[in-house]
Amino acid sequence: MHPFTKTEIYEALVERHTAAYQQKLDNGHVAIAGLGGLGSNVAFALARLGVGHLHLIDFDRVDLTNLNRQQYLLRHVGMYKTDALKEQLLQINPYLNITTDCVKVTSENLKFLFADADIICEAFDNAETKAMFVNGILECFPQKKLVCASGMAGFGSSNTIHTRKIGSNFYLCGDETTDIAHGQCLMAPRAALCAAHESNMIARLLLGEETV
Amino acid sequence: MITINGKTLTLSAPKTLGAYLDENNYRRTYIAVEKNGEILPKSEYDTTYLNDGDKIEIVSFVGGG
Repeated sequence: MHPFTKTEIYEALVERHTAAYQQKLDNGHVAIAGLGGLGSNVAFALARLGVGHLHLIDFDRVDLTNLNRQQYLLRHVGMYKTDALKEQLLQINPYLNITTDCVKVTSENLKFLFADADIICEAFDNAETKAMFVNGILECFPQKKLVCASGMAGFGSSNTIHTRKIGSNFYLCGDETTDIAHGQCLMAPRAALCAAHESNMIARLLLGEETV
Repeated sequence: MITINGKTLTLSAPKTLGAYLDENNYRRTYIAVEKNGEILPKSEYDTTYLNDGDKIEIVSFVGGG
């Protein structure tokens, strides 16, 4: 157990972020689809920002090979990622409203899973799943903000990872090139870099900035 | 004149987006297409003709996350 009250934690966030920004972050509803190298890092950043409502979605369990880049610890191996991540986020801020769905996202269920979010973060690892998800979300929810990622494999230059706005509500982060299908490996620094592009874009949107 | 991924294109004959994708070896299950700022459903690729003034953005997803 922790000895801190909700007010103490909120005031600590206000001290760092200012009251005006913290109120906007506190009111935020963000869904994260996929809790691997991208999603687990995005979730940590948003929890530290004090984003009030987080919806975490993944069907998978933590594997030992995930620990090279994903925000899990040895004691989480074998647990569902939704449970392992929620447990950790609540140790950063126990007063966040965190909901989880341990389910594989499909073109059929996405219209139900993502109905409550204002901002949706795509954080899958499979290219076809990314494409299915982006098409499905933009068709079902054209008014919602969608922040996606494509291309963060290997150890190439940090400076090739970028954020760009494609449609009125569609943002894409990554180098858009490096592909695990071409034998590229996934490593912690670039996965975290790309996740930071996603989480900073989400922070900007929550705070009213729609440009990249 | 049509703009696709920032490059301009002039067509000598009518062409659908689907035909353009096939000619340029795009794999349809790996892409999303925005036409004039809005998503174009996959079911409309083969019935959507490229028109003068269209701005098309084809996003190809790569694996990793």
